[in-house]
Amino acid sequence: MSKTLIRGAKVLGGDAQDVLIDGETIEAVGTGLSAEGATVVEAGGAILLPGLVDLHTHLREPGREDSETVLTGTRAAASGGYTAVFAMANTFPVADTAGVVEQVYRLGKESGYCDVQPIGAVTVGLEGKKLAELGAMHESAAGVTVFSDDGKCVDDAVIMRRALEYVKAFGGVVAQHAQEPRLTEGAQMNEGVVSAELGLGGWPAVAEESIIARDVLLAEHVGSRVHICHLSTAGSVEIVRWAKSRGIDVTAEVTPHHLLLTDELVRSYNPVYKVNPPLRTERDVMALREALADGTIDIVATDHAPHPHEDKDCEWAAAAMGMVGLETALSVVQQTMVETGLLTWEAVADRMSAKPAEIGGATGHGRPVSAGEPANLVLVDADYRGEVDPASFASRSRNTPYEGRELPGRVTHTWLRGRATLVDGKLA
Amino acid sequence: MMRHLISAADLSRDDAVHILDTAEEMARVADRPIKKLPALRGRTVVNLFFEDSTRTRISFEAAEKRLSADVINFAAKGSSVSKGESLKDTAQTLEAMGVDAVVIRHGASGAPYRLATSGWIDAAVINAGDGTHQHPTQALLDAFTMRRRLVGPDEGLGKDLAGKRITLVGDVLHSRVARSNVDLLHTLGAEVTLVAPPTLVPVGVEHWPCDVSYDLDRVLPKSDAVMMLRVQRERMNAAFFPTEREYSRRYGLDGERMAKMPAHAIVMHPGPMVRGMEITAEVADSDRCTVVEQVANGVSIRMAVLYLLLGGNEPAAAHTRTEESK
Amino acid sequence: MDTQETHDSGVARPVLEGPDIARVLTRIAHEIVERAKGADDVVLLGIPTRGVFLARRLAEKLQGITGREVPVGSLDITMYRDDLRMHPPRALARTEIPGDGIDGRLIVLVDDVLFSGRTIRAALDALNDIGRPRAVQLAVLVDRGHRELPIRADYVGKNLPTSLRETVKVQLTEEDGRDAVLLGAKPASA
Repeated sequence: MSKTLIRGAKVLGGDAQDVLIDGETIEAVGTGLSAEGATVVEAGGAILLPGLVDLHTHLREPGREDSETVLTGTRAAASGGYTAVFAMANTFPVADTAGVVEQVYRLGKESGYCDVQPIGAVTVGLEGKKLAELGAMHESAAGVTVFSDDGKCVDDAVIMRRALEYVKAFGGVVAQHAQEPRLTEGAQMNEGVVSAELGLGGWPAVAEESIIARDVLLAEHVGSRVHICHLSTAGSVEIVRWAKSRGIDVTAEVTPHHLLLTDELVRSYNPVYKVNPPLRTERDVMALREALADGTIDIVATDHAPHPHEDKDCEWAAAAMGMVGLETALSVVQQTMVETGLLTWEAVADRMSAKPAEIGGATGHGRPVSAGEPANLVLVDADYRGEVDPASFASRSRNTPYEGRELPGRVTHTWLRGRATLVDGKLA
Repeated sequence: MMRHLISAADLSRDDAVHILDTAEEMARVADRPIKKLPALRGRTVVNLFFEDSTRTRISFEAAEKRLSADVINFAAKGSSVSKGESLKDTAQTLEAMGVDAVVIRHGASGAPYRLATSGWIDAAVINAGDGTHQHPTQALLDAFTMRRRLVGPDEGLGKDLAGKRITLVGDVLHSRVARSNVDLLHTLGAEVTLVAPPTLVPVGVEHWPCDVSYDLDRVLPKSDAVMMLRVQRERMNAAFFPTEREYSRRYGLDGERMAKMPAHAIVMHPGPMVRGMEITAEVADSDRCTVVEQVANGVSIRMAVLYLLLGGNEPAAAHTRTEESK
Repeated sequence: MDTQETHDSGVARPVLEGPDIARVLTRIAHEIVERAKGADDVVLLGIPTRGVFLARRLAEKLQGITGREVPVGSLDITMYRDDLRMHPPRALARTEIPGDGIDGRLIVLVDDVLFSGRTIRAALDALNDIGRPRAVQLAVLVDRGHRELPIRADYVGKNLPTSLRETVKVQLTEEDGRDAVLLGAKPASA
């Protein structure tokens, strides 16, 4: 078995230590470690975190291989410091059967860059009418535990109730894309001052908040747990905070872009800023940061949504919604949460690795950096400063809102069960 | 220097007054036996209409022809407009044909801005109405009509609309005319009041430089001009208001209401009018109603804009926000 | 009027002063009456800006001589200029054609300085779009030479031989607060 010795890494941002990897496992963490014949990585004071886990990734395969494949998406994940990603179900065909989720699972295994855990659709064809075979997907080789119609809201209250109840049988969780459909017909951006001026259809905060409020009450009523995808408004934060204080089993995620960007950017009419849920206001951004810091929001999830160039190189109304995010997520979190003093690196490890692994049931991920644990690790040069260059992305798509923007930090190394998938910023 | 005309908000007070003054000279061409000027000889202007709008299109066409431009009409409606590719592809086709200006009407808000800033095309872009965003030449012709009527054609030269009280009534939410007019009239020093049922006023309107009222009868006596916006009947089905009759009763302009306006006040409408809905025939046909003048003034304003954008080696007038991307 | 003459020159020397200008306008008025055989059908059209003031002054003098009101107007030539594409668009001036129009009339174009002749060429084009005069004549306050087109003036206030390095600037009370024709050197940077 090969050995790797990481020397002088600030484990979870603490004091510099050495970490020795033997095979797939962390053998020792301490100072002055040495090992005969080990590959030595001089960390030089870089931050060592457990491999990141993304509970919300669109890998697009099968069906939209022009924008991303499981292979290119997992390469992007490894570049961004991820060792596990949850692949959303809105593929073509939709991942609403054991066959499709097993296909995605198998493609993930073959890629070797990152573990891929398929998410199953809640309803057949994401149509919100009829439950998909949730049990069959759970029992398949893919072992699905997270179910989501993401991209669409499970808006029928009865269907949502049944789904929440049904997945209790095998410890599953429903991840809700909270968007009241009638209130968002023709919606193009956050409804507010900017939408009024730009004449773009408004996407009111209440369309998200009303569904979250309903669903936490449903979860309470049926005694199930619910996960809220990409929470984006200050009001949603308040509802989740209230629900948690009541003991409701709810978890919530926020995307990096909702921690940094606001709807003011839409004034450019550049569809690179078009995303679902839409970019909100400065007030929302601040509330989301605070909620991530105090634990009201449990995790950061990328909602990595690749789109081909032509789907963004057009007028706003015609453009697709979504942004790639796997390769910039940690940098955005560093800028918005670490450098603002809101989160320690240890807390970042919790929000981006331990918690998402726990919510999604990704065994072997999000573990402490200590002897005997699986060697899923990421090394981050937090002192790095550089402009985002989409041409350097491993993702097949380039629809990043950060092009040319200076972001801090750079993932230099990623290890998936002891095997380096990223070395000195290059995919291995 | 202004290179495109995308939004009325891009115009400074001096830009706007300069356009109105230029239009005043252009208006006189209409009285001549030969209604033609050579200013844009050899320039090619494309009227790129992704939405049907015969009125706006022929107004631009008349303006272009009176300035001796070569005019190409491109009605893109019916082609695959919903696909984003088509705007870019069309733009690049026009670019390859060597057009100097694109007059664009598009159903998507921001499409002209995107066309002007995306690098797809070098030509000057003139917004002839985009979605529910802007319709700057409509606002200019409205301001021109107000200045002629409320100040005077000659007395108005060099002047703005300082202190004039302008009331816009109707579907503000879906109206690019309202947005453009609020921006421009505010720039020109007028006091603007929007009157509409609360369902037809956008969230965020409190940040606009104007007042909002739900009560037409209280605003009318304090109005120098009342502009009635078109209300599409399909809004009724989307529950913006209960019935046509109730809308007319609360927000329509009839003879009785018109009598509450000051004697000098005018009634405007961007057309086409829905008689019986927002305006009665009695009002529409009265001599206080400027609808026909607005049409004539539209040609003069568009001539002025075209001349100031294309007449020289570089555009006249001052800054726009689109300039920085140039 | 050509733009060169509007530049302010460093040191400008008056070549005509107020009384001189009044005198030459009187002479031109008499010449018009004589050549136009009573000036019955004369319409004066000034070229903005200063040509318009000169035309109005000439009209007054003609009325003094003939006892009849002489129609006077203005003719903006901006959009007919051959150098339109070489500068940003210029502000338009007023074209004011007297009520009876110009068809069949004797048009006397009035301008302050005759230089390259391009302004007058543009004025002839502009006239062409307005009507069909019986004849067109040209009256200028100063002819400074250097013609670039086959154009000559019918009535000249003063022939002023100049070099191309010089500028000629006409000042009129209505616009500038005083009457004068100034000859100066073109600024080195111009």
